[in-house]
Amino acid sequence: METLAARTNAWACYDCGKCTATCPIARSGSSYSPRRQVLATNLGQEGELVSGDGLFTCLTCGLCDQRCPAQVDYTTLVQQLRELAHGADREPECPHGGALQSVMRMMAKGGTKQDRLGWLDSDLHTRPAEGEVFYWTGCAPYYDAFFSELQIQALAGVRAAVKVFNALGVEPVVSSEERCCGHDLLWNGDRTSFEALAERNVALVKASGAKTLVTSCAECARTWRLDYEPYLRGVNLQVLHLSEYLAEHLAELPLKGGATRRITFQDPCRLGRHLGLYDPPRQVLGALPGIELSEMRHSRAGATCCAGSTWSSCDRFAKKIQVDRLREARATGAEVLVTACPKCQIHFRCAMKDPNIGGDLAMEMKDIAEVVAESLK
Amino acid sequence: MSARQNTTQKAPTKAGAGKAAGKTAAKRASKAVKKTTARPAAALPDWNPKLVVFACNWCSYAGADTAGVSRIQHEPHFRMIRVMCSGRIQPGFVLRAFERGADGVLVSGCHFGDCHYIFGNERAVEQFDKTMRMVKLLGIEEGRLRLEWISAAEGARFADVINEFTAQLRELGPGPFAHSEEAGGRKVEVA
Repeated sequence: METLAARTNAWACYDCGKCTATCPIARSGSSYSPRRQVLATNLGQEGELVSGDGLFTCLTCGLCDQRCPAQVDYTTLVQQLRELAHGADREPECPHGGALQSVMRMMAKGGTKQDRLGWLDSDLHTRPAEGEVFYWTGCAPYYDAFFSELQIQALAGVRAAVKVFNALGVEPVVSSEERCCGHDLLWNGDRTSFEALAERNVALVKASGAKTLVTSCAECARTWRLDYEPYLRGVNLQVLHLSEYLAEHLAELPLKGGATRRITFQDPCRLGRHLGLYDPPRQVLGALPGIELSEMRHSRAGATCCAGSTWSSCDRFAKKIQVDRLREARATGAEVLVTACPKCQIHFRCAMKDPNIGGDLAMEMKDIAEVVAESLK
Repeated sequence: MSARQNTTQKAPTKAGAGKAAGKTAAKRASKAVKKTTARPAAALPDWNPKLVVFACNWCSYAGADTAGVSRIQHEPHFRMIRVMCSGRIQPGFVLRAFERGADGVLVSGCHFGDCHYIFGNERAVEQFDKTMRMVKLLGIEEGRLRLEWISAAEGARFADVINEFTAQLRELGPGPFAHSEEAGGRKVEVA
């Protein structure tokens, strides 16, 4: 516990309470308090932290990290505490009946041949095993199958991404052997399963000979770039989010002019605060003819997250965060809410389904890849 | 094989005969059976599959009870989990059963029109379809998951379904996660 406090700089906390003041969960009326968690860490109250209600409430969105004047690494602290909790047989409540956690753990166990490339249309050109660029699709096929009632279209974003690659003259590797990156298991505290997934995925990408891995999921990007580091063991791999890759290749994109469309951009917490990538998606969107970006009141480092990044909690406070965020998006006058992470789509589309206020919140949602693909010649 | 068991095999096996909605559900289930490709099962003569049966309180669980009270002989290699309504059986239940080593999962409830909660089994179909999509994506054979409607009076049909499904699982062999507890996650024995 002491090393944990030292490693995450919790010792430096001077109890100012900015974290709790900025925490979207606390601001929504929950009794959850990041400050109290840090204090309990410094007092060595491991038992209370591990068994308390607050542990899985945190969204790990990183907003408190951003505001903390003492540079306490709060998200890492929560992640490590959850590992302790997992060791003590404590699991999150698992929204969606734990189905997604089960799917991830089954992928970690392996032994089956996944049937995950059903979305690959004949006009999309990809390579099955070897190539320069590996396109990491993430759990998109699973999300579309599981969240069918939300009309989530994670695969539309994936198809669009491959289309954009093809327009750049790149045939990316898309593998049926790809497994979940393990992001959610890691943030639920299950490092054993995460390690199993990391080892398998790194071996797969290594065998493909790819020099660059591109993903359109903000969580996969974070996991590959930061959390897979110890497992890459010298494999020379550049990990890019699709928006970064496109920002690098903007000049080569064959774009056509189009009618003016006003859009707004939701910064995914993993892409923004975790990886610091605020500009690449804006550069890409700004370069598209006819696309006008109007920012929400909270954007970039101050953006509110979709309130459900790690499948560890979902409650009325999360709903309030989503509703407030969608109201902000609607207030920009934009027609389309563009994101760069499938989970943002899942959670905002769910909030739009509200039978009472859904009509005030509903707006078109698209992945950044779809917007780019629509502007292609 | 007892004389009684012979008679049970003649019992109607088609779910919801005369009820259009029930028929489609039965078709769905039987379609899954036909599609399965058999694995060599001869290598495992002494192996018995672990089958998890989810049964609703009002029809299927009572159907199993009827099978018992009527002393119908059937395969015993299943573990039954009673829920109040088949509509409660969400993908997480089934997927967790597979994850923890089940070789097959049977979801059962009241026939259409008979649901104690009026439309609970319609929700069950939605949940089942979603579960089946996830199972297929994961690469678990479709033949390991089944949806059957069994009424409280259909003890014979319950026995038939169990016998047939057990035989099918014997053909398919052990499930993909039957012996993979060490590969992460929590170690839980399927009793």
